[in-house]
Amino acid sequence: MDKRQMIGSRIAREFKDGDYVNLGIGLPTMAVDYIPEGVHVVFQSENGMLGVGPSPAEGKEDPDMINAGGGFITALKGACFFDSALSFAIIRGGHIDATVLGALQVDQQGNLANWMIPGKMVPGMGGAMDLVTGARKVIVAMEHCDKRGNPKILKECNLPLTAKGKVSLIITDMAVIEVTDGGLVLREVAVGTTVEDVLKATEAELIVPEQVGTYGM
Amino acid sequence: MAQLISAADAAAMIKPGTRLAIGGFLAVGAPESIIDAIVASKTADLHMIVIASDWENRGVGKLVVAKLIKSAQVSHLGTNKEIQAQMNAKQIDIELVPQGTLMERVRAAGAGLGGILSPTGVGTVVEEGKQIINLSGIDYILEPAIEVDVAIIKAWKADKMGNLIFRKTARNSNPIMAMAGKITIAEVDEIVEIGELDPELIACPGVFVNYLVKSAEVTHG
Repeated sequence: MDKRQMIGSRIAREFKDGDYVNLGIGLPTMAVDYIPEGVHVVFQSENGMLGVGPSPAEGKEDPDMINAGGGFITALKGACFFDSALSFAIIRGGHIDATVLGALQVDQQGNLANWMIPGKMVPGMGGAMDLVTGARKVIVAMEHCDKRGNPKILKECNLPLTAKGKVSLIITDMAVIEVTDGGLVLREVAVGTTVEDVLKATEAELIVPEQVGTYGM
Repeated sequence: MAQLISAADAAAMIKPGTRLAIGGFLAVGAPESIIDAIVASKTADLHMIVIASDWENRGVGKLVVAKLIKSAQVSHLGTNKEIQAQMNAKQIDIELVPQGTLMERVRAAGAGLGGILSPTGVGTVVEEGKQIINLSGIDYILEPAIEVDVAIIKAWKADKMGNLIFRKTARNSNPIMAMAGKITIAEVDEIVEIGELDPELIACPGVFVNYLVKSAEVTHG
């Protein structure tokens, strides 16, 4: 299992049968391949659809069927289409059980920064702020450190925030960390990673309980 | 009744300074024929209201490349390097608006509301300069309605009343933008007789639609 597969398979374990889920583009979509048998999850696409199916076979792409990243998708049986205002009423209104997004930074207050680096990159927030505000569970899925090896889990985010105090769980290639009122709790470490490794790669203070599980088998 | 006009006629209704709402999401469900006609008309200094700035050669990206946009309210720029370059060069004034907030602010204008209260963006730069209203212990940002002079949208089929149906994820912002336009122009792939569309399936009532334009090219199968 490579890093991305490990993160994807761990995300998938957070979903319960019957959940409505919105996956951000990139890494979070890895989870689709690992939904356990017997668990039926309905995927939303923010541009106006519930019941997103897998990518179409080559040559079967429909130009009117895209996901939020512009990639071609299919519709499963029971799918439905709606307009953007309704789509965000679903999101903001608390009807989505879980959303999974990438992050530039997360901090120990559950703050998330993932939409701009001032002076460098300003893609805009798109639907991310609404998703993080409205989804019942906000899961951040990302590599534990940035490309230079710097921690992304910080005492306090210094990039512009996407939302304040909304993150519930952080899943990386090294650890699963729960955001609680008392701070960040290390729940699991990846196979081949030690608690020490995680502490070294994390700027935020981590609470380490007696029992820390493992994942990525 | 909605009046059938050409894409060039539609473009001629758009003047410098027009607050122009445009349907579509990453150019899917974008009124490409009307956009092409605006590019040909060279009408500049437009204010654009749209979900995303699409690509340089598709959707509203073509208006940006032609330097016709003076300012914009938009939620995502990531697929269009040109708009980011114009923003960095201060040639275009951008208000980034969370997508759900953008939709409700436009819908509010079409629904006769002065604005909306949204929790999205509380504690972020989105709340800067705006009034926070606390109801039942929850902070909301008072977000004013976004007024629209002309809305150009894309639908699959129209009847001659201007009732519209859409196809798959090409619906997106189109019915919302249609509500807000003081003038709304719908580009469609097909125009059918009154009575031919199932009234149960109409996702944008013709009351919102003033003009119809036939698409130059039908892109789906």
